[in-house]
Amino acid sequence: MNDALMKRKTSEERKYLAGQWRLMWWKFLDHRLAVAAMCVLFFMYLMAVFCEIAAPNGPNVRSAENSFQPPERIRVFHEGRPHRPFVYGRTVHINPETLVRTYTDDTTRLLPVRFWVKGDPYRLWGMIPMQRHIIGLDSGDRLYLMGADRLGRDLFSRIAYGSRISLSLGLVGVFLSLVLGIIIGGISGYYGGVMDILIQRFIEILRSFPTIPLWLALSAAMPAQWSQVRVYFCMTIILALIGWTGVARVVRGKILSLREEDYAVAAKVAGVREFTIILKHLIPGFASHLIVTVTLAIPGMILAETSLSFLRLGLRPPTISWGVLLQDAQNVRALSLYPWLMWPVAFVIVTVLMFNFLGDGLRDAADPYSH
Amino acid sequence: MLAYIFRRILIMIPTLFVISIITFIVIQLPPGDYLTTYIANLQMTGEVTDEAVIESLRARYGLDKPLPVQYWKWISGVVQGDFGQSFSYNKPVKELIWERLGLTMTISLITMLCTWIIAIPIGIYSATHQYKFFDYLFTFLGFIGMSAPGFMLALVMLYISYSVFGTSVGGLFSDAFIDAPWTWAKVVDLLRHIWVPVAVLAVGGTAGLIREVRANLLDQLEMPYVITARAKGLSEWRLLIKYPVRIAVNPIVSTIGWMLPGLLSGSVIVDIVLSLPTSGPLLLNALQDQDMYLAGSFVMLLSTLTVIGTLLSDLLLAWVDPRIRFERQAS
Repeated sequence: MNDALMKRKTSEERKYLAGQWRLMWWKFLDHRLAVAAMCVLFFMYLMAVFCEIAAPNGPNVRSAENSFQPPERIRVFHEGRPHRPFVYGRTVHINPETLVRTYTDDTTRLLPVRFWVKGDPYRLWGMIPMQRHIIGLDSGDRLYLMGADRLGRDLFSRIAYGSRISLSLGLVGVFLSLVLGIIIGGISGYYGGVMDILIQRFIEILRSFPTIPLWLALSAAMPAQWSQVRVYFCMTIILALIGWTGVARVVRGKILSLREEDYAVAAKVAGVREFTIILKHLIPGFASHLIVTVTLAIPGMILAETSLSFLRLGLRPPTISWGVLLQDAQNVRALSLYPWLMWPVAFVIVTVLMFNFLGDGLRDAADPYSH
Repeated sequence: MLAYIFRRILIMIPTLFVISIITFIVIQLPPGDYLTTYIANLQMTGEVTDEAVIESLRARYGLDKPLPVQYWKWISGVVQGDFGQSFSYNKPVKELIWERLGLTMTISLITMLCTWIIAIPIGIYSATHQYKFFDYLFTFLGFIGMSAPGFMLALVMLYISYSVFGTSVGGLFSDAFIDAPWTWAKVVDLLRHIWVPVAVLAVGGTAGLIREVRANLLDQLEMPYVITARAKGLSEWRLLIKYPVRIAVNPIVSTIGWMLPGLLSGSVIVDIVLSLPTSGPLLLNALQDQDMYLAGSFVMLLSTLTVIGTLLSDLLLAWVDPRIRFERQAS
């Protein structure tokens, strides 16, 4: 018996003994792109959770002398020699006629980049008072990784704060549509009959609505004096109103095929309540498919929030979300002068792309017994 | 087949009825009605509001009546082609919407054609050259295309054209033609501008379709009949075009239905960004001004187009695929 054979045998044994979720996990790990996407998303959400620390500056700290400051590059070479990370200081020149500000690097002034540095004070999660930031400059100077807006606010810090709203809104919306979808789809699939026909017709009607005009109309219906928290939750409800139909269809289809299985009938004969049968015995049978549906629904919700806020129908300043930040990019003239205002676009596209990759990998992994 | 068509059209009626109710409710949701906004505006500009004028306006639009009566007034007008009065433009709604809806439809249809013309050959190429360089390239580009929302592409497009060419690509007509009557020169001018929104809108659909055609064709290429045909010495090209491609392209038929609504819906925001004279910007304005008849007509008509699109694709599918026809008849 040589080692290689032993090894193979144990790995095969492992495969036979592994549970469904473990097999899925292994299959998922084979999908390199999906794993990479999961890592990127993990860091995105980490940034959203700890945005106060991740942001070098306070999101609402104005500084008139830094208005429209272009992005600063962190350098590690000074005059051809390696140097600790730093950025060059800048001098500003204001065109007296057009009032356009041009910034030039002052290569004699080196501002060292510090890590875990004291900067603008904040309250972590609105509670714990802190001053440290992962990255920043010595006090008095501001680090503009992605440039500044008109009021001299740091765009990267604002994107970090915006991610908290933009990324969470997708999750909350999907959670709501999951709850709605499971309840309605479950009823439709388990009881069948007239209920089923009515629910299916209703879903068809909802789906034949052009989504964006409907979203526009619903968001326009939110009164302007509402608090932003209320607007936030209303938006998740608006998004979930259409999102649940996809979940409901999956749930119904799967329950229809599973409810005649022996184990479901056995549970019924044993006198288990119907609601418990659906929740405890049927749904775990296709939970993986649900996860896929839900993962692929999140990017749509993030995009919807961004579009609605961009059109000034969703969240409004002073709330910070990626869509709100993009409102500044509406003006072509400003965009051509200050192209870094488009940075939020990159974050949105990367997030959506990563969710699509992740969903793709999950879909392959959802059925680990195939092939 | 005739019975099937008849039944499908019959189902459309209750669907449209429910849609009209939802539309009406949504439009009524904002607190107050148009008149309260109108009065507030008048007061802001310092004009005296004449109670008698307001009362007559209220009576004319039935705003003093209960909601079901208002709905009935609205929907019975819509069925007869009278969409009511736009408050903010002070014109009948039907004068405002048809040209804009026409342009929206034109853009959507051209986009759909472009999507097919680009996506099908690329999908076929990707499938027959699986895991080659261009397949990876197209797959990668396809994923980006699917992830980038139209309005952001439109922003990028605006930025590039403005910073490189120094002109704005917004709008559908040159200044000289904006209010001109329709002439041949105006059509040519339209075609010169229309490629921008078409390009922006086509990206998402094209990317999706490439992936679909590729996946379907890959499935078909493994089938025994392909191997048989190859063994019998059919040339590779004829073999490909004659059987597997025809099956792989089938989903195009089934997706017409939701591609059209997707386009209509997506074009709303893209058109606003590119400031096109189509239905999107007008709908947004109407919603912001609470111009309820105008907004309601747009939502209603766009939904109707969606329902018609779904119907068309169902009929096409039934025509192409006899299984659907018979299954429906049996049930």
